[in-house]
Amino acid sequence: MQWGSASEFFAMGGYGLYVWTSFVATALCMVWEVLALWRRRAAACAEQRAALLGGTDETTA
Amino acid sequence: MSTGINWLKYSSPQAFYPLAGHLIPWFACVAVALMGVGLYMGFFVAPTDFQQGEAYRIIFVHVPAAWMSMFLYVVMAVWAGIGMGLNARLSFMMAQAIAPTGAMFTFLALLTGAMWGKPTWGAWWVWDARLTSELILLFQYAGVMLLRTSIDDVRRADRASAVFALVGVVNVPIIYFSVQWWNTLHQGASVSMATGSKMASTMLTAMLLMTVAFWLYSIAVILARVRCVMIERESSPVWNDEKPAVIQETVEAR
Repeated sequence: MQWGSASEFFAMGGYGLYVWTSFVATALCMVWEVLALWRRRAAACAEQRAALLGGTDETTA
Repeated sequence: MSTGINWLKYSSPQAFYPLAGHLIPWFACVAVALMGVGLYMGFFVAPTDFQQGEAYRIIFVHVPAAWMSMFLYVVMAVWAGIGMGLNARLSFMMAQAIAPTGAMFTFLALLTGAMWGKPTWGAWWVWDARLTSELILLFQYAGVMLLRTSIDDVRRADRASAVFALVGVVNVPIIYFSVQWWNTLHQGASVSMATGSKMASTMLTAMLLMTVAFWLYSIAVILARVRCVMIERESSPVWNDEKPAVIQETVEAR
């Protein structure tokens, strides 16, 4: 382990901005993708339920 | 079949849908676990690079993202090709499900590459062969997805985007070998089948752990998306996990 303190860790030898932007952007993209899929699935299921009920979206309420 | 499992059975969406549903949590859990170990190794075990300082730690996301961007494109093209050859619905659905994740990793490879380029080269972007061909890959993913959304007829959309994906696959070896074929600013491969690794073993372990984690993450996300595609494409309710509940609800509503 090469870090003396937490601030040293976050500073990343002066490259903190670049290193953390990379990791945070990757994490955000992955989380966003999972959430988007969650919503897409809910929307698709709702639409199918509506179709099953034989009506349009307002019948699902 | 000798394994006793009829794998062909899973080529039908009806059988594949529940199988994918059972597999997703496993891939997701192992992906998260490996990502945890990979990040720990990458930040706390792997030593500082003597040339690039701490900035090199970006490779723990950059390299896996770049590998996935190319790998997923090939897998997408293979599914597109199988779809074209066998006229298989599930294959086209897989190709459709892979494109957004591949595009995301291409974007991340370019973004994290810029984050590495600025402190080490002094530029966010250069029109180097490696970077340019990777940018073209992003446009190819965009093209595959736009072509699909711009054609209303699903069968025609499947075929058009499959042809586009298959033609574009020539760019993948260009990206991969660009650092050998041209005099690029982007450094050559540090890991190769022929010469082994030029990295410290803990760096390599962390990078490979992250790669496997990204791989499993991609499988989980793509399986989840292909299930969405199946629900969206099929008008009959056979796909629904909560099938009994839906039917119950329907009966009550009537």
